[in-house]
Amino acid sequence: MIGSGEDSGFKKSNTINRRMFIFAAAKAVVFFGIVGRLFSLQISENKKYLTLSDKNRLREARLPPVRGEFVDYFGKRIAKNLTVYQLHVVPEQVEDFKTLIVRLKDILNLSNNHLQELIKKKNNQKPWETLIVSENLTWDEFSKINFYLHELSGARPVLTVGRNYPYNETYTHVLGYVSEASVEDLVTNETIKERNVPGLRVGKTGLEKALEKELIGTNGVQRFEVNAYGKRINQIDFKEGEQGKTIKLTIDTEIQKYTQELLNGRAGSISIMDIYTGEIIAMNSSPSFDPNLFLYGIEKDKWKQIKKDPLKPLLNKTVSGLYSPGSTIKPLVALSALENDVITTNLKVNCRGHKHPLELYGMKYHCWKKQGHGYMSLQNAIKQSCDTYFYEAARLLGVDRLYKTAKKFGLGNVVLGEYFNEKKGVVPSTKWKKEAIGQNWYLGETLINGIGQGYIQTTPLQLCLMTAQLANGGHKIYPKIIYDNNQETIETIKQKMKFAEENKLKDSNLLSATEKLFKKDEKTYDALYRNKENVKFVLDAMFRSTNEIYGTSFSSKIEDPKYQFAGKTGTAQVKRITEEERELDLKTNQIPYKERDHAWYVAFGPYKNPRYAVSILVEHGGSGSSTAAPIAKKLFKFVIDRHELREKEKKKNLATTDI
Amino acid sequence: MFIQSSLSDKSTFFQKLRSLDYIMLFTILIIGIISSFAMYSTDGGELRYHSESHIIRFVVFFTMMIFISFINIKTWHTLGYLFYIIVLGLLVWASLFGITAQGSQRWIDLYFINLQPSELMKIAIIICFAKYYHRIQVANVNRVRNIIIPILILIIPISLVISQPDLGTSILIALSGIIVLWLAGVNIKYFFYSSLVFIISAPFVISFLKPYQKLRILTFFDPDKDPLGAGYQIIQSKIAVGSGGLTGKGFLKGTQGYLEFLPEKHTDFIFTLFSEEFGFVGSILLLILYAILIFRILRIGSLSRNFFGKFFCFGFGSAIFVYIAVNMSMVLGLLPIVGSPLPIMSYGGSSMLATMIGLGIVMSTKIYSRQLIS
Repeated sequence: MIGSGEDSGFKKSNTINRRMFIFAAAKAVVFFGIVGRLFSLQISENKKYLTLSDKNRLREARLPPVRGEFVDYFGKRIAKNLTVYQLHVVPEQVEDFKTLIVRLKDILNLSNNHLQELIKKKNNQKPWETLIVSENLTWDEFSKINFYLHELSGARPVLTVGRNYPYNETYTHVLGYVSEASVEDLVTNETIKERNVPGLRVGKTGLEKALEKELIGTNGVQRFEVNAYGKRINQIDFKEGEQGKTIKLTIDTEIQKYTQELLNGRAGSISIMDIYTGEIIAMNSSPSFDPNLFLYGIEKDKWKQIKKDPLKPLLNKTVSGLYSPGSTIKPLVALSALENDVITTNLKVNCRGHKHPLELYGMKYHCWKKQGHGYMSLQNAIKQSCDTYFYEAARLLGVDRLYKTAKKFGLGNVVLGEYFNEKKGVVPSTKWKKEAIGQNWYLGETLINGIGQGYIQTTPLQLCLMTAQLANGGHKIYPKIIYDNNQETIETIKQKMKFAEENKLKDSNLLSATEKLFKKDEKTYDALYRNKENVKFVLDAMFRSTNEIYGTSFSSKIEDPKYQFAGKTGTAQVKRITEEERELDLKTNQIPYKERDHAWYVAFGPYKNPRYAVSILVEHGGSGSSTAAPIAKKLFKFVIDRHELREKEKKKNLATTDI
Repeated sequence: MFIQSSLSDKSTFFQKLRSLDYIMLFTILIIGIISSFAMYSTDGGELRYHSESHIIRFVVFFTMMIFISFINIKTWHTLGYLFYIIVLGLLVWASLFGITAQGSQRWIDLYFINLQPSELMKIAIIICFAKYYHRIQVANVNRVRNIIIPILILIIPISLVISQPDLGTSILIALSGIIVLWLAGVNIKYFFYSSLVFIISAPFVISFLKPYQKLRILTFFDPDKDPLGAGYQIIQSKIAVGSGGLTGKGFLKGTQGYLEFLPEKHTDFIFTLFSEEFGFVGSILLLILYAILIFRILRIGSLSRNFFGKFFCFGFGSAIFVYIAVNMSMVLGLLPIVGSPLPIMSYGGSSMLATMIGLGIVMSTKIYSRQLIS
């Protein structure tokens, strides 16, 4: 047993060793297989897995961009940012949405309505999209939330940026307002889409909308580490966003505020422009509304109220309202007629009142004055706004020549360009009528065109520009509402105007055209007239209209030469006056509101050394002389009193830009 | 023969102490220390529950191992079947009165420790087979009787463990047993035929598996199919290892582990965590340590004069290798996820206990290498 045992033991030993050897070889293969796998994961594909690991652990949060602010001419902030406390919830990260909402309801005293709206909103969005539970928490509420935060898993108290307009309704029609970005905003504006965060406020109207790209600013980025359950562990990196550009306007807040007061309760518009720099000093449309209401979405009732107001607070009347200019066009008609040599200043026309109106092809054309003006010279016709004289002048001039002059002086075109939803209006011509209406022009239409009725449609700002370009001696200016850093002194501008005038004498269109090509950005202040005397004549007539007895705005005159201004009234009919109505000769307050005339007044001052042009419109305000002109009297006093301050500021700005 | 055996019996304690395998001891100690650091990292860099009990267990069982080393190899041979039967009894106990956790009834409550008998079975099956084949001569190995009995010995515990259900451990028990069968000289054709049968029957077997086990196997073939469900573990483990790079993210700096992207990081996925923090270099170092350990075990086996010791050492050494290979292949995405701990490194008392008993017997084989067992 032992002997054979030893023998078989030897054999057994051999078997075991042989089998062990085979097995060991297999082990070596597996061992190197594992080493190879480690090598491929950790060395060859290290980068890929490192990225994946970072993707696992790092989350980026885009912070809301900080919007640029608006300041007025004096650097006063007119649209600024506020810190806003909000409460966000990402439904996906909430264990039990209902419990959380009920708990929040208790803490914040939310109304049932609000709760229902939240649940509706939650059901309409993707589970990973942020739900804004509360848009504007008070500090107390915010601290309360933070206090209970440990039991509110999924709720996130957020500090964000809101907009505030400290002057409430004063700037609404200039700045517009911001509100939460809508789907449409995201689709139409790449920049908004790129920088969108939940609850982002974007411009909806006005400059806020037009300058969105410059205002919006860039997102801050917060990178933090999360664990497998998405819980934030710590912040790794923080990159602050860049605030949007601060936009400086040419507007003077005090004057802007004053225009608001002057128009208080009435529908209308006031605009004031520097006749040399083209800077808009104030631009108001009444009535207005408080843009702060829109920050967190306006209440339905309030919105309804604003929308249904017959005075149309949503319409920016200054740039988007179209009106017949009425008699305010007369200085331009006179200028056009003189420039085209169809009349001389000596032309006399007899205005014989309503009993003997001007008749043309069976149609009667009345002057506004029942008794008639008698024999009128051009100067008197402007001063007393005689319609009969201008029927005659327009008849001699023809619609197409007036068209050219009106276009040159800024009618029928947008004034500020792309910033607002500006209307071009209509300056009619034979060609225009053929194209737009498909009919031939009738001579009668020329006549009423001559007193600013009929097809002609203008915005208050266009009339302001027209007045400014007349007042500066007939030169083209460049209207602006955004402060231009390339400031020119008044002296430079006047010199350039003189230069333009001299060039005019040599008059070579080709030369000036090529010159313009080379100096594209150079402002040339081209002369818009043929003969400077004609402009002077018209301005003088406007002076008499305000400052001489029988002038239409004589009652609103200021005698102090410091404030003395010159202007032209306008009373634009909103409907054709029937014979019976003419017989009745009703007072303004006896006519239904909608049928009352629009009251106009355009003016410039101070007369001796003019600097500002204004255009005042009171919708359905009755006659220009009784309603609009008195506003100008107050306004000029106010504006000219602030002139010194403005000049000082301009000097300061010039000094800093020189450095 | 007599002289030799009496020599062994009569060697002094000092002589026994001297003949301990110090390279092996040292290797075990280093792996133990590494595992303690890894466990410390899973606790987020604090000495908390897992790291604390792991270190205590290591110290206790390591000491126990040295005690076992001094027990004569003959005793293990004598008690071989008894040990197997006791563990089998515990398995039955577990399936009758065991504690259920995570849907599997695999633990029994011994008041001071929750014992997982299936872990002990991994070692018991090797002892049992070593004793069985110790006597059988090569010529008789392939007799029908000698094929059927071992298969029964193997199948009973495996079916008990599968029914717990615990697929991973039952596979490892099967592999441990099959290794010894292989070493004993069971005809290759049996291995060939049985693997053929296994492959053919695999689809049927899979249809009998629990849904979660089925999902694990299916996910293995396409982990991206269900990245947040069953494939999550594989994907996150690969990310952790891959992002470790050459030298790793540094001790306590493994983001995957620290930020809890790794599942079961202190048990089956301890290597992932280690590899993320210590990189390729660290991983290779750990592999080398395991290789040294296995080489020492196999060397002791080859020097053993008795077949029991030889079978045991070869069987156990190979089994350790298989455990390591299965665990690493699993966490590296080479094999489906089945529960299988990494010897010494993974958290788990029963696994540590079984490993240390095995290492103790190996050490005893060394000390009593000249011992003959009739």
